[in-house]
Amino acid sequence: MNETEFLMWVRGPAFQIATIVFVVGVVVRVLEILLLGRKGNLAEARGSATAGGLRTILTRMWPDRGTLQRSTFTVVTGYVFHIGLFVTIFLSAPHILLIRDVFGVGWASLPTTIIDATTVVTIITLLAVLVYRLTNPVQRFLSGFQDYFVWLVTILPLVTGYLAFHRIGMTPPMLLAIHILSVELLMVSFPFTKLMHAFTLFMARWYNGAIAGYRGVRS
Amino acid sequence: MAKHKSLLETLQHQGISRRSFLKFCASTASLMALPPAMIPAVASALEQARRPSVIWLSFQECTGCTESLTRSHSPTVEGLIFDAISLDYHHTLQAASGHAAEAARTAAMEENYGNYLVVVDGSIPTANPGYSTIAGISNRDMLLETATGAAAIISVGSCAAFGGIPHAKPNPTGAVAVSDLITDKPIINVSGCPPIPVVISGVLTHFLTFGTIPALDALGRPKAFFGQSIHDRCYRRPFYDKGLFAESFDDEGAKKGWCLYKLGCKGPTTFNACATAKWNSGTSFPIQSGHPCLGCSEPDFWDGGGFYKPLSTPTEDIAATLVYGAAAGAAAGVALGTLNHARKTRAQQAHAPVTVDDLEKGDGQ
Amino acid sequence: MNGPSLERGINALKEQIDAPVAAFFNSCVHCGLCAEACLFYTETRSPNRTPIHKLEPLRRVWKSEYTFWGRLASALGLGKQVDDDLLTEWETLVYDSCTMCGRCSMVCPVGNDIAYMIRKVREGMAASGHAPPDLIGATRRAVTIGSPMGVKLPALQAQIRHAEKETGLKIPVDVEGADYLCTLSSMEIMNFPEYISAIARIFEHAGVSWTIASDGFEATNSGIQIGVSEIAAELVERVVKAAERLKVKAVISPECGHAYMAIRWEGPNLIGRPYGFKVLHITELLDELRKEGRLRTRGREAQRLTYHDPCQIARRGGVVEQPRNLLNMVAEDFVEMPEAGIMNWCCGAGGGVSTNERADDLRLTVFNRKKAQLDAIHAEGMVSACSNCRIHLEDGLEKYHMDIPVLSLTETIAAHLADNTPAGEGSS
Repeated sequence: MNETEFLMWVRGPAFQIATIVFVVGVVVRVLEILLLGRKGNLAEARGSATAGGLRTILTRMWPDRGTLQRSTFTVVTGYVFHIGLFVTIFLSAPHILLIRDVFGVGWASLPTTIIDATTVVTIITLLAVLVYRLTNPVQRFLSGFQDYFVWLVTILPLVTGYLAFHRIGMTPPMLLAIHILSVELLMVSFPFTKLMHAFTLFMARWYNGAIAGYRGVRS
Repeated sequence: MAKHKSLLETLQHQGISRRSFLKFCASTASLMALPPAMIPAVASALEQARRPSVIWLSFQECTGCTESLTRSHSPTVEGLIFDAISLDYHHTLQAASGHAAEAARTAAMEENYGNYLVVVDGSIPTANPGYSTIAGISNRDMLLETATGAAAIISVGSCAAFGGIPHAKPNPTGAVAVSDLITDKPIINVSGCPPIPVVISGVLTHFLTFGTIPALDALGRPKAFFGQSIHDRCYRRPFYDKGLFAESFDDEGAKKGWCLYKLGCKGPTTFNACATAKWNSGTSFPIQSGHPCLGCSEPDFWDGGGFYKPLSTPTEDIAATLVYGAAAGAAAGVALGTLNHARKTRAQQAHAPVTVDDLEKGDGQ
Repeated sequence: MNGPSLERGINALKEQIDAPVAAFFNSCVHCGLCAEACLFYTETRSPNRTPIHKLEPLRRVWKSEYTFWGRLASALGLGKQVDDDLLTEWETLVYDSCTMCGRCSMVCPVGNDIAYMIRKVREGMAASGHAPPDLIGATRRAVTIGSPMGVKLPALQAQIRHAEKETGLKIPVDVEGADYLCTLSSMEIMNFPEYISAIARIFEHAGVSWTIASDGFEATNSGIQIGVSEIAAELVERVVKAAERLKVKAVISPECGHAYMAIRWEGPNLIGRPYGFKVLHITELLDELRKEGRLRTRGREAQRLTYHDPCQIARRGGVVEQPRNLLNMVAEDFVEMPEAGIMNWCCGAGGGVSTNERADDLRLTVFNRKKAQLDAIHAEGMVSACSNCRIHLEDGLEKYHMDIPVLSLTETIAAHLADNTPAGEGSS
């Protein structure tokens, strides 16, 4: 397989396989959660579960002041790399083209210099996040193989994307192919790891907010 | 052709001044990334070129490569580089035909054994030797035979270099590149469909000047011409970096000359000198005329997922895959979810009420 | 039945897992933010006291029973299973190192309600014989005697007589058709009987029709602390039956955090039917009376007072504003602790921890968190609405040599009642 064939394979069949694993896996896991069901609440409500659920989905995007003060590093780096991932994934022109190609909708892209800088910042932040995970007693204690694996498959597309953009080390078709392949690795890993939180956190926040909201508590 | 004259004399005879000749030498040297101090060396080497014998083999090709070299605005200096060589065999250009032509090839091979250059354009069919023959000789046999005494082989055009269009799926002739058949000779791939004329002449110039083959990239192409991507040298690159793209061929962006990435430009993955050397005596190149790069100097450019499909997009129908995947996932999810629910119901049925007497273990705490 | 067993414990965990639990476990990214929200971690710095880690038994059952890959792994003999060793190790994490205060549930960025799951883990722990002995003893007393502290009706009657003598008021017992059925915690009957006098005075002042039930006075519920729903339901049922027998409009939960959780929020779900009456915390009722103008006070406490939110009443129960409204009636200088209200720090003794003697040192260690909160505002007095909190707060303040009185909100209001002029309708 020469590199053009390799690029065609990752853009074609491999991307298709990754998409299937991703979408089947995510849908199965979401349905596994939903179909477990939940008992109705017989206690007289003080507030609205629905309003509470919706509110918590939004409000958990920012931390309470105590958490910000006590866990500043985790909170700040968490913001930086999540925003960085959002910017690099959804605001870079080639990615928007892919989205438009698949879903038929697109939006304006950011200049490459901004994407490039964001990528560097995100990579550095993720490296710091790894060091913290290895040194912070709590995170180190909680972490297993999966936590480090997920870190790796998250940073790989950023690194390979950076290398592909700057054409470092290999021919551009090869770099592009490796970049796409790293994204496919991320997609395939998604349903089997904590990466699922990207979808399930909305459900978790909903339940948390609904349980509290029913009792009249803004959680 | 006047075999007895030196190149300079020939040029002068054709009305080309020494000034023009040096200009050619300078531009060729600069294209080959040679220092300016090398220009006189290039000039003197060309002036005193000892006219090596060149055998030009045309296989499964469209003559586009020859056209590229010969049909440029006449008379160009590039075209006249032929005067520096002894082109002993070339279907399109030679006067001889039939057995006489083949005899010329054989004679040139014998006379210059070990020293002649072979230039190939076109791919070689391997599925059936009958797909392309010359004077009853299959392309494969002719290549293998001619290559034996060659000093080096120059594969001109993407067909000879990588198989090109004949090699495109489903490749009915079993077309292969020269390098797939010849492994014991230096091969210079001058890819492109067609290659830029000055690149062909530049490679010949290098060979004439230094008697060696130039530094090559991983695909066997002279780094001097194929070292940078179209994208990196494209005059529209600033628009890419700013995120300004033509969305269609007739929108405002297209009129303003914005980046053609979204229209499928393969510039980022294509290595060639188009953006710097340009075509038609430096007039323009495809992107300058408003069309995305097709990536013709790269292997299998014809199978690159569509000329007008952006590089970053998948080549399969992912929207349909998503729909089918979601449907399959929903079916599997409902099945698994139902099983889970049944498992939970069974656990509830198996529940034995816990009383205060059920809390303490018999063997103490 | 046949005593506790691992099998019964695992079965109980299987029953407990529902969509929220699955969503929570799916979402955890091991960020560790919950650790810094938990006083059992912040005051000990033991990583294994990270809240989410305390749920490991439940997580393993979820994974191996309710996820496709987990089931596949189990079928292949892979994956981590729950065994007695694991449950033994987790017993101190689930019971001694967690008060189910739910502070972690407020900070989790993905929204995991960890306290909701701890409550469920305890069902499995109890059924498998891994409940702390002291909690088992308290539960046994609650079921067989009627109170976790062994308080019987005669003891209550003695305290009622004492209160009647002190206040000169008749304490209504078993009055059919009263508006409110007041329940009490054993802690109040034994340690803070002034509460009975206080509500008698307030209700007299406000003209509230109320009663105590001789067969349903105990508000506490060891069942929800140890984690046995049947027992919790049985204990709730006693109060529900009394309320139905006496045809009251509402049951009043006393100054006790988990009692409110038990009767107000868990109760109907435990017994499997909605109530025909309302449930109010005493501070909710007092605040209603205040709004109606039936509760009038005179004079104010001069010292700098603060209010400690009992977790089950505020964060888990939704009663946050009412105690503050009441305190503002009688406090000259009311100051909030940092992170008060729904983000308040637990005293360290809820959720059965105070019953569990094994955890005594730990609960006093983690009280340091409350100390820091108090130090920040230089409080001269602390008011709360949970007798269990109060007992432990007094313990903690003593250990840390802090001279801050701990007051009952209801008693503080009662001490400031205005002279009784005609107030509202109703009679006592």
